[in-house]
Amino acid sequence: MFWQQLVNGVTLGSTYALIALGYTMVYGIIQLINFAHGEVYMIGAFTGLIMVVVYKVNFFVAMLAAMLACTVVAVVIEKVAYRPLRNSPRLAPLISALGVSTFLQTLVTLIRGGPNPLPFPQVIQDTVYILGPIRFSKVQVIILILASLLMVFLQCTVKYTKIGKAMRAASEDYATARLMGINVDRVVSFTFGLGAALAGAGGVLVGMYFNSIHPFMGVTVGLKAFCAAVVGGIGSIPGAMMGGIFLGVAEVFGVAMGFDTYKEAIAFALLILVLLVKPTGLFGRPIQRKV
Amino acid sequence: MEAIISTFTNPYYLQVASIMGVYMIAALGLHLITGVTGQFSFGHAAFLSIGAYTSALMSLYLGTPFILNLLVGGLMAALWGVLLGIPSFKLTGDYLGITTLGFGEIVKVVFINMKITGGAGGLGGIPRETNVVVVYSIVVLAIWGLYRLQNSRFGRALLAIREDEIAAESMGINPLLYKLKGFALGTFLAGVSGALYAHLMQYLNPADFGFSRSFEILNFVVLGGLGSIPGTVLGTSVLTLAPEFLRFVREYRMLIYGALMVTMMIFRPYGLLGGIDFGKMFRRYRAQRKSMKDKKAVQG
Repeated sequence: MFWQQLVNGVTLGSTYALIALGYTMVYGIIQLINFAHGEVYMIGAFTGLIMVVVYKVNFFVAMLAAMLACTVVAVVIEKVAYRPLRNSPRLAPLISALGVSTFLQTLVTLIRGGPNPLPFPQVIQDTVYILGPIRFSKVQVIILILASLLMVFLQCTVKYTKIGKAMRAASEDYATARLMGINVDRVVSFTFGLGAALAGAGGVLVGMYFNSIHPFMGVTVGLKAFCAAVVGGIGSIPGAMMGGIFLGVAEVFGVAMGFDTYKEAIAFALLILVLLVKPTGLFGRPIQRKV
Repeated sequence: MEAIISTFTNPYYLQVASIMGVYMIAALGLHLITGVTGQFSFGHAAFLSIGAYTSALMSLYLGTPFILNLLVGGLMAALWGVLLGIPSFKLTGDYLGITTLGFGEIVKVVFINMKITGGAGGLGGIPRETNVVVVYSIVVLAIWGLYRLQNSRFGRALLAIREDEIAAESMGINPLLYKLKGFALGTFLAGVSGALYAHLMQYLNPADFGFSRSFEILNFVVLGGLGSIPGTVLGTSVLTLAPEFLRFVREYRMLIYGALMVTMMIFRPYGLLGGIDFGKMFRRYRAQRKSMKDKKAVQG
């Protein structure tokens, strides 16, 4: 029972982690809480659905298409709604992000023709693998493998490529990175695109896991993924991964222990507890007070 | 007095005006926290709901007078504000905002799970005690109080914390204590606003006080002009009336609303009245008049 719940928790948590990575990378570079990120994830889920239902493509092709669509959407959002506000007071881009989020929710509701959930077709045959006391469904195995692969891919991009180096430099010190000749605007665009691609993949995986998607699905999941990013220490990539899995596991165990009516509050309660003990999250850099 | 007003206008306008006033009180509370003290609070709606439920339950079960319920609703919100503030004001900036956001969501879930509040089904049958006259009397009172406060020693301490916390601390201001006092006052106003809301709508549902409501109030304060009382009043008016005026576009309403938020921020990142100080304009105008008069006196 314990191991089974742990597997369920890690599966849920790895989808949170995929979304949390987008929050954390963007925050690491421009200190913006990108509240429209949850909507990007929602658009990913819908793109995946359209690809599977209308174009009848393979599940993996649908996921790649969703990732691509999300990248485009996020880069456009950044250009239109955040870039003009780069040097504005802290709250201005935040309000702009909320505006984008409202806009996208309504747009998808209009296109879809109402806020009701749509069923996600069963693209993967539901085979169950049994390993000792644990039952893995095929969907869970795919989620775990794809999520790990994507995170390894991300780590390699950030660690070993030129643009990854530029990303790390910009998150270390934005102004100095610019002085060193890094095109920070391009780095920011790339970061938004990369985070959105992961969120898009997450959207398709979650749609497949829960078999239901709707235009407001990005709100709660987005907030929880954001909690995960903060719990892990916002700005830290391994932190977001660990934070996501931690919150997913905590949520599944909380429900199993009978707190199912408090399910939506578990992530937030943990968030507050972690912040009170470690004010910058588990893997965060300490804030320095400068005079 | 309400009877006199209602002969001039129809109930729909009165209702919209009342809601606008109720939100104004909440927005003024957030203005004190975010605009004056510079602390992020993304969970303001939670304090509205605490005030709303406290006062509604008092009306329903104790039958105490309305004014008392308003006060207790506000005080209860302020109490929770202090309880949240004591541990979390060690955090700064975004982290404080996130903590208050989490608090807001937790409060919502707790209200959904409580028996006495009617849970997710909501709480109905609250007597209608709020009217336009009561709401706007409190709005005027709150604005007058905030003006007096901002020009006092206390208000200047809050402004100093907003501008530079370390410098304020070295001037002998205890930032934690002042932030806490500011937060308590701001959440008190939120609680009063919630109590008025409860007795205006006569029905409460925890889902109405989620984080989207918190951000709506934050929009009022930021779009009007952060740190300016006229800005807060203007922002609240524009943003509560805009959806009413946009009713003719029906389902495109929120689409336009969202786009409006983005464009307004891009063209006025400091808010509609950001950087405009009516007091300074008035003083400059008077000084100009005076110098003109002096010139005339010399010439004459």
